[in-house]
Amino acid sequence: MTVIANMLLTTADTKPLYSPAITIEQGAIQYQQDTQPVLSGLNMQMPAQSWTCILGRSGCGKTTLLRYLANLLADKVQWSGELSTSNQIALKGQVAYMAQQDLLMPWLNVLDNVLLSEKFSKKTLRSPSKVQQYEKAIALLTEVGLADKTQELPQNLSGGMRQRVALARTLMQDKPVVLMDEPFSALDAVTRYKLQNLAHRLLKNKTVLLITHAPLEAIRLADQLYILHGKPAFASALSLPKQQTPRELNAESAALQQRVIQRLEQDYE
Amino acid sequence: MNKIPNIKVLNNRINTSEKVLHNALRVIFTLLVLLVIWQATVLLFKLPSFILPEPLSVFERLINRIDILLKHSWITTQEIVLGLLLGLSMGLFFALQMLLFKPVKRWLLPVLIASQAIPVFAIAPILMIWLGYGIASKIVMAAIIIFFPVVTCCYDGLKNTPTGYLDLANTMQATKWQLLRYIQLPASLPTLASGIRVAVVIAPIGAVAGEWVGSSQGLGYLMLQANARMLIDEMFAALFILSTISVALYFVTDKCLNKLIPWQL
Repeated sequence: MTVIANMLLTTADTKPLYSPAITIEQGAIQYQQDTQPVLSGLNMQMPAQSWTCILGRSGCGKTTLLRYLANLLADKVQWSGELSTSNQIALKGQVAYMAQQDLLMPWLNVLDNVLLSEKFSKKTLRSPSKVQQYEKAIALLTEVGLADKTQELPQNLSGGMRQRVALARTLMQDKPVVLMDEPFSALDAVTRYKLQNLAHRLLKNKTVLLITHAPLEAIRLADQLYILHGKPAFASALSLPKQQTPRELNAESAALQQRVIQRLEQDYE
Repeated sequence: MNKIPNIKVLNNRINTSEKVLHNALRVIFTLLVLLVIWQATVLLFKLPSFILPEPLSVFERLINRIDILLKHSWITTQEIVLGLLLGLSMGLFFALQMLLFKPVKRWLLPVLIASQAIPVFAIAPILMIWLGYGIASKIVMAAIIIFFPVVTCCYDGLKNTPTGYLDLANTMQATKWQLLRYIQLPASLPTLASGIRVAVVIAPIGAVAGEWVGSSQGLGYLMLQANARMLIDEMFAALFILSTISVALYFVTDKCLNKLIPWQL
């Protein structure tokens, strides 16, 4: 056991891209056609290999921030401020993206959906062979409990299963940073709870940024918690209970949730 | 974990044979009713056979002249199918150009709309002069008549790729060509399929119209000849075969498309 664990550790260490911390200083984002910035005075620390959650009401600009970090807004917004990663590599190319919709391609079966990113990756001599990728995809699908569904089309799966396939696809990309845009919000309570735990377990060594409007979800999963509020929006950090994530819900977290909601409520006035 | 069989699939399997039987019965019943109305009209209004022949005499003509009818049907079928292939590939090609190069779209769209405003009958004589009285001119007629619906459907399908799919592929560092090949093209297929269904129905119009304007073979030619000789029952027999070809082509295409593109966006 220990030998295997050591091997895993060393391979993780020699990996060229380890999951970096991300820092934003005095960030501001403004859409080209707008006169006012959506976000400004943004100061955030996203520690390496842990979960940062951003809470905010809908329309506050949290999706804008995430999409900017995913390099999806490059020609639509103006950015000012510092965005740095602790490994000094630009964020572009280091991120995997999970959205509220599972974004499974309806014409590909589950396995091919998991293998989607391989279609776009540059082939080099050192890149893994087709068979290796196939085996990895199967292993990941087994990990998310869908080993028997590999040949199904996404339309034959339930919402929870589809989001698990999306999780497997994200893991297949094996990027150091994972950006999540409310990936659990369309699921029922129990499915959401199980998927949160699964994602938390499988994304252990990644730097994860999760945006959500559900305080409970953020409190369960966050190692670092921010609220986006004000107009233009800025981020303020909240202290979290000492327990290990994913946290059990208790009196302390309930009290925190109350505080969060009060804080968000001020925005409506 | 989830071992409950897919109920929809199960139901489909049980009901398939029953459904086919029901459908067949419905078609046969409809045809019978139409035939009875037809025969009744002829008897009731004492219509002479050069206005409306009895169903039975049409059937007789169909049997007697089957070799001639089939020979001409084969020509018309070729025109329709080749016209479809030509029109579809041209439509797909132009839709891609419009998607990839913005100026092409600006310049091409007015031309396309103008081409649609000219009745296909009006250009048929010109096509006869350019391409001769053989099947080439009819193939081009069929292709022209389906070109516009195919281009618009295909272009809409390509343009309306769900943004989420494009976002995901972009975060995976896909190039423009990879986006087109792996995301936009497959995502456009359901819309393109509706275009193809429309095209299959209207392509025979182009082919037969071409035959009317000038030809030496084909069902349209046969009908013109029969008309000149007042052989109305032969006209009806040709018409019957033509509609059978159209309907069969539609259902075969529809079945194939449903099989090949079983998903909805």
